[in-house]
Amino acid sequence: MDPRPADSTADSPGRPRRVLVTGLGTFWGGRVAQALEADPEVEVIVGLDTTEPTVELERTEYVRVDANYSILSRIVKATQVDTVIHTFLVVDPTLMSKRAMHEVNVIGTMNLFAAASSADSTVRNVMVKSSTVVYGCAPEDPVWFTEDTPRSRPARRPVERSVEAVEGYVRDFATDNPHVNVSLLRFSNVIGDEIQTPLTRALRLPAVPSLFGFDPRFQFVHEDDVVRAMIFALANRLPGVYNVAGDGLLPWSEVAAICGKRTAPLPPIGTGLFTTPLRFAGIDLPEEYLNLLRYGRGVDNQRLKDAGFEYAFTSAQAVRAFVEHSRLHDILGDAESYRYERDVEQFFRHSPAVVDNRPRD
Amino acid sequence: MASDPRPASAKTRHSEPAPDPGTEETRPGGHGAGDAEVVPTASSALVPLPKEDPDSPRPDERRGDVDEWGRSEHMREIIRRIYDPIYSKWFRADWHGLEKIPTDGGALLVANHAGAIPADAPVIMHGIEKELERPVYGLADNFFKSVPVVGTLWSRLGGLPAHPDNAYRLLKHQNQLVLVFPEGTKGTAKTFGERYQLRRFGRGGFVEIAMRAGVPVVPIAVVGSEEAMPTIAQLPSVAKAFGVPYLPVTANMLALGPLGVAGYFPAKFTLKVLDPVHFDVPPDQKRYSRSKVMDESEAIRENIQTALYEMLRNRESVWFG
Repeated sequence: MDPRPADSTADSPGRPRRVLVTGLGTFWGGRVAQALEADPEVEVIVGLDTTEPTVELERTEYVRVDANYSILSRIVKATQVDTVIHTFLVVDPTLMSKRAMHEVNVIGTMNLFAAASSADSTVRNVMVKSSTVVYGCAPEDPVWFTEDTPRSRPARRPVERSVEAVEGYVRDFATDNPHVNVSLLRFSNVIGDEIQTPLTRALRLPAVPSLFGFDPRFQFVHEDDVVRAMIFALANRLPGVYNVAGDGLLPWSEVAAICGKRTAPLPPIGTGLFTTPLRFAGIDLPEEYLNLLRYGRGVDNQRLKDAGFEYAFTSAQAVRAFVEHSRLHDILGDAESYRYERDVEQFFRHSPAVVDNRPRD
Repeated sequence: MASDPRPASAKTRHSEPAPDPGTEETRPGGHGAGDAEVVPTASSALVPLPKEDPDSPRPDERRGDVDEWGRSEHMREIIRRIYDPIYSKWFRADWHGLEKIPTDGGALLVANHAGAIPADAPVIMHGIEKELERPVYGLADNFFKSVPVVGTLWSRLGGLPAHPDNAYRLLKHQNQLVLVFPEGTKGTAKTFGERYQLRRFGRGGFVEIAMRAGVPVVPIAVVGSEEAMPTIAQLPSVAKAFGVPYLPVTANMLALGPLGVAGYFPAKFTLKVLDPVHFDVPPDQKRYSRSKVMDESEAIRENIQTALYEMLRNRESVWFG
């Protein structure tokens, strides 16, 4: 065992060295693991997921687990990780059923923190990816939510309730384990090259769905800023809750304009009658997003900036970067995409024949 | 990888990096793009910061001028042109003491509220923007936000939901003029028989916000709005069925039929700006004494009420002032 207390006065106290990443198969976990691989001080990266990684990884060890992480405490014990990065939190209701989402979000988080708070746990840093969906979306909302603003109406949608439950576990864990640094990042609408959300899918349509008579203001954060913010929070051991969102709010019509698209207004009353047939056509606009199209949401990003973080993209620049990539993608397709091959990856990581598996320049 | 710089072509794509004051963070204590020193070294070891070329900053991709509150100066400009004849020919708005409104810095404008569809908010906002060339943000019931078209238009013209956080940010961080009617819908729902009798000023929340933001309250007494669209009766059960705050039967509807829904009588508008009220309390306190807040709120209400009575005493005609 290698005890590394969080308040150690060594040259870089509490810096992550042995890291566990949940949700390795998602954009979030995959990109964070990639970024961590570039840091020589990080010795071990273990990634968990139910699905295989979708990004190319050099030395991260992938472990397939079931959705609610029942073998997690064994993994935490066996690998003696000092840092847990919890990115496996589903906030897109179109991805899975309500029940499956509950298993992943609530039960998965519960098991993760149960494993991390066992008596002999070596965990000293925890970073949780959450979402600004916890603020809800209602007409009586303030234009800007700070980290401390309560939501205006009680959570009703399954996604919001499960993210609320997850944040509850995170709070409990932070209270019960004062020696562990817990950062909770709430990400706004993420946009970029890889990530797929109902919003990015809507913006890829020939005409962008909107609600007639409504033009609320949206906020975006670019994928690169998302990864940088996670690494920043980890490296600086930021304690507490932070919003992560690009500067500025822009009307939905302007978002469409930056994408070079027109809006296709849906009727604001009885919207469900129109979105249900659209779902069968592959255009799924869940109620959370219809609410966003009605009222929008802005979150204050000042706390993370005050901690020293600098955003590379404003909301408008993030949308621009997204549309540039998706234009190129329309032409090139998925030709370049990566596919995980277990035997190949195991060979590079564990075969005595491999001397150095780093790609040469 | 994580700090992937934009393609080189991005730098030359847009030649007009139009700075939009509405989207700028103007808060004190914030870090500008140049404060590289504050970044702890540990982070730069992991993910390098974006390399900004100081000579050609990344272009601002904004296409419109809608600010974070939803207000568009361009839309205001168009509406000002359309509305000005109504303001100066129909209502013949007459200001007294306009010089008491600060020409810079934040201030909370507080006025009496009347008329079924209140004409006072546009008159005050138009008047100040015309005379002082300062934007005015109007706080209103968030009911507007859920009405299609109207809500969007209202927002583009400078209206926003009356949330304390919105008011605080506008007053404290952005030094803007904010207009609020503390009576709220209680003022506009009252019938013609109760005209010019101020309702309760909420729970004094406007005083607390001004104290917290450290800005003065500027009371404005408005005469004319009651007669522009007098309410004869209220239909509370119909209002409830439609989910609106109130549903009045106005004299305009009786006189003009369907046109009366939006047609005002040409009542003469007289607006009197009263002396600004400064509070001698430190800003940004967690809590302010409830009794102090209520006393100040009541004093401002009395002030406006007294001014209204005096203006009404001197008014010779509803239509000609």
